[in-house]
Amino acid sequence: MARIAGVDLPKNKKTHIALTYIHGIGMTTGRKICEKLNIPEAMRVHELTEDDVARIREEIEKSGEYQVEGDLRRVEGLNIKRLIEINCYRGQRHRKGLPTRGQRTKTNARTRRGRKRLAVAGKKTTSK
Amino acid sequence: MSRSLKKGPFVHPSLTKKIDEMNKKGEKRVVKSWSRASMIVPEMIGHTIAIYNGRKHVPIYVTEQMIGHRLGEFAPTRLFKGHAGSDKTAKRS
Repeated sequence: MARIAGVDLPKNKKTHIALTYIHGIGMTTGRKICEKLNIPEAMRVHELTEDDVARIREEIEKSGEYQVEGDLRRVEGLNIKRLIEINCYRGQRHRKGLPTRGQRTKTNARTRRGRKRLAVAGKKTTSK
Repeated sequence: MSRSLKKGPFVHPSLTKKIDEMNKKGEKRVVKSWSRASMIVPEMIGHTIAIYNGRKHVPIYVTEQMIGHRLGEFAPTRLFKGHAGSDKTAKRS
């Protein structure tokens, strides 16, 4: 099993797609890496040789060109913390867990706001 | 589309003038500004700028971390005090 940057790659996917399971690598970077290492597009992860895997690992973990997983998460966290600290608008939105880029919040915004809280049909209390 | 680098960051001319003057004299006083779109540049560090939020000027002390942000980001224009409770909750209490 190919394990790169602390993430297990799915066996049955094409290599450049499988690389996107690593935080910090998307389709573009995945393609670029494959191209650079001469791994054909159609090659799936379980078809890679040990050597291929080692080369991919080398490229991602040691070339220092890509910021992935833990390092990237830390940087992201620091950036958010900075925004909160300087008390700017984006920081305030982060603090409240609302979208930061001006999206509507009347509806939607479920990624940021979490699962929908359904209005519970309250029983009418007859106050006598 | 991002702003052309050739122009440099946008700072309202009157604000630049006031800041430069203060830096030259080495004095510190609160500068009122209506220019919420002005970017915070290194020259402003350590000054207090009162940014208009549509109602009054909010005094903001500029620190190094704020560079590159706009003045308006630090003076919210809307005041949200929470939703009014529903009729039901109001009656029950």
